[in-house]
Amino acid sequence: MSAVEQDAVIQATRRDVLKGGAVLTVAMWLPTGAVRANEADVSKAGTFVPNAFVRIDQDSTVTVLSKHVEMGQGSYTGLATIVAEELDADWNQIRVEGAPADAKLYNNFAFGPFQGTGGSTAIANSYDQLKQAGATARAMLVTAAANRWGVPANEITIASGVLQHKSGKSARFGELVADASKLPVPTDVKPKDPSAYNRIGKSAPRVDSRAKSTGKAIFTQDFKLPGMLTAVVAHPPRFGGKVKSFDASKAKQIKGVKAVVAFETPARAGVAVVATDFWSAKKGRDALSIEWDESNAFKQSSDEMLKEYRELTRQPGDIAKQEGDVEQAFASAARTFEATYEFPYLAHAAMEPMNCVVQIGQSSCEIWNGEQFQTADQMAVAKLLGISPKDVKINQLYAGGSFGRRANPLSDYVVETAAIAKAMGTTDPVKLVWTREDDMRAGFYRPMYVHWLKAGVDAQGKIIAWQHRIVGQSITRGTLFASQGKIDATSVEGAQNLPYQIPNLQVELHTTEPKVPVLWWRSVGSTHTAFATECFLDDIARETRQDPYQLRRALLAKHPRHLAVLDLVAEKSGWKKKRAADEIYGLALHESFNSVVGQVAKLKKTPNGPKLVSVVCAVDCGIAVNPNIVAMQMESGIGYGLSAALMGAVTLKEGRVEQGNFDDYPVLRINEMPAVETHIVPSKNKPTGVGEPGTPVIAPALANALAQIDGKPVRVLPLSAQGVKLA
Amino acid sequence: MITLDINGQKLQTDAEPDTPLLWVLRDHLGMTGSKFGCGKALCGACTVHIDGNATRSCVLPVAAVASSKITTIEAVGQSKVGKAVQDAWIAEDVPQCGYCQSGQIMSATALLATNSKPTDADIDAAMAGNVCRCATYVRIRAAIKRAAGTLTT
Ligand code: FES
Ligand code: FES
Repeated sequence: MSAVEQDAVIQATRRDVLKGGAVLTVAMWLPTGAVRANEADVSKAGTFVPNAFVRIDQDSTVTVLSKHVEMGQGSYTGLATIVAEELDADWNQIRVEGAPADAKLYNNFAFGPFQGTGGSTAIANSYDQLKQAGATARAMLVTAAANRWGVPANEITIASGVLQHKSGKSARFGELVADASKLPVPTDVKPKDPSAYNRIGKSAPRVDSRAKSTGKAIFTQDFKLPGMLTAVVAHPPRFGGKVKSFDASKAKQIKGVKAVVAFETPARAGVAVVATDFWSAKKGRDALSIEWDESNAFKQSSDEMLKEYRELTRQPGDIAKQEGDVEQAFASAARTFEATYEFPYLAHAAMEPMNCVVQIGQSSCEIWNGEQFQTADQMAVAKLLGISPKDVKINQLYAGGSFGRRANPLSDYVVETAAIAKAMGTTDPVKLVWTREDDMRAGFYRPMYVHWLKAGVDAQGKIIAWQHRIVGQSITRGTLFASQGKIDATSVEGAQNLPYQIPNLQVELHTTEPKVPVLWWRSVGSTHTAFATECFLDDIARETRQDPYQLRRALLAKHPRHLAVLDLVAEKSGWKKKRAADEIYGLALHESFNSVVGQVAKLKKTPNGPKLVSVVCAVDCGIAVNPNIVAMQMESGIGYGLSAALMGAVTLKEGRVEQGNFDDYPVLRINEMPAVETHIVPSKNKPTGVGEPGTPVIAPALANALAQIDGKPVRVLPLSAQGVKLA
Repeated sequence: MITLDINGQKLQTDAEPDTPLLWVLRDHLGMTGSKFGCGKALCGACTVHIDGNATRSCVLPVAAVASSKITTIEAVGQSKVGKAVQDAWIAEDVPQCGYCQSGQIMSATALLATNSKPTDADIDAAMAGNVCRCATYVRIRAAIKRAAGTLTT
């Protein structure tokens, strides 16, 4: 790709992302006709490759090429389910392989001409594409059989991977591979109508369970090449710090250490010790002495920033949404309420610390990674090396979690690996391994936010005005995904589109700019807006003596999906039934990534404090392609959200991150996990997100339960910082 | 040279004696099933069995285990309990990203080897050292109970 073409990609991406408003949740645009695979990339000798997503071998194995990374969210299983449905394949003949990086074939329709995974879009943006891919493959197999048997194609059926004709003839896919490969690819195949589904909507086991239960699944951390070296790095202690000088003499004395190099990328500077293995490299890293240039480094403490943010909540912000006239309505209100909510920085703390393998060749580069942001990473590495993005080949490996961290517009850890290999001037493969502390302190956090809300009710307790002011950093500013204008859609999503019908509504935003790198974190803006809106609503319910469920119902007349989810979670949790004296329920409802989730947190009073016994969850995610995966994602989202609500916080002391590992950044453990029950609203609509929408709802559901114990609302997260502990 | 007894095999390594067992397994012996999560005995991703006991290999210098019997995820399925645990893990679809699961399975196997009918409290006590950021805990609990069931019938 020339520089001009590269620019065009950036321009087009920006435009298409903007078209839909909120980043990563934009409406998808659909492909026109099937694309033929770049055969060099995906086909093997003697196989049938009707398109870029399906490959069928002579042994009847159906390989689904996944354009989305498998990072735990179940994308490999869900995507394969769609192809298996259209093919009527047997589940046991299906396997999944990560697709190569090629935005022409594998772009994410929610992102535009850009390949990447995020925004809970894997199934939503692939659904029609894979139905078409599977149906096309099926049609070609059927034609091949019809030709061979001399029977009409419409008399051939497929069940469990076997084509059959009433004459008694039958064939497995593999027997037809050679014939099917010679056929022209039809462009007018009609995929199945959902009424004909016999696999979608039923639970199939995950395709990756066995590999991941036997230690055989290969993550970036496990990937090895002959001659590969391992790099361990020293990052500046403060964001924006640079390397002034370093002394590597002690590091170089350590057995196994091959090189010590300084590097600088758009994300950060540092010094890398490169050795034959991790432990040697780490010993070398620990033996470095480095003088940092901190003249431009960020030196503020999060406490000071919090004070500034609180101040800002008292000043009008940029208008994100304005309906009616809140000031006038407040003046006429019978009562008004106000609340301030505070949210800390959060680390993703994926189980696998960030890492990457890079091998630089002659005007090319090959990468092995749990790859979430192919197009951005290709461009960033190409720019660093002065080569063309198409010559940056990326191999997809399993990712040990991400929660947004591996989708970085600055490609931080990927470019860091390439920069180290480049600085060494080596064509040997180099694996970058961050320690947990490197990962925790490298930035790209969920931003810190302070919210201020004010509401007015009339004499009957009806909410007539709602003002919501948000203070915090923009995740997308300065990136490919930046919003147009002053309002970053990701800062206000969930607040700006408040579903409750309130005649006077105003949402404002103050975008702050401290030099702390920030990033999307599972469910992005909803991580804080869901808490502020759902807790404030419960506050009002409590103060006006209304039932939180009934109050929400009354405000949702125009949102049937929300209403159905709310009713389902109320019914399944027994909300309307009488509770025992020691039982307390908290409710929250929120839409994100086009899915609606409702949760009821059930607390029990114990002598050691309240215990979160169980969570009842209802979700409308359109057609549930694989209900088992949907349930898993609700469980996972609840656990992840709960971890942050109870104890997640990154704090800065004079610019230094105070946390480093799971001792000072504690995370949820098995004894803290509630039972989870998931109920899916039946739907005929196209699938919507499931990886993230479960996450933002648990914190307000829990807080709304806790507030009933002593009438004291929770306004600051995490709960541990307020001395609140669950039993 | 240090000789180790791993999964019933005698294996030699020239790793420095202070190298944690985890990195000997991963970088020197090519056994990558045991994972690096924290390096400080805080997450359990690196759990192996040392003489049958669940042990964090990331803080265990290799020189300290030269005379021990070491079992890793690569071979735990050869024992009846380990196999039952792995089968239960697959049946309950426990893994999500999967990165923590080798360690979870090693801890669960050690638990069931000494306690064939663990209560919820027993499970909490044995498994609280194993972090899962995907929060697969509900299914981990179910899988341990399923495995216990298959072992006692
Ligand atoms: S890596 Fe050993 S306990 Fe975390
Ligand atoms: S399955 Fe992802 S950390 Fe446990």
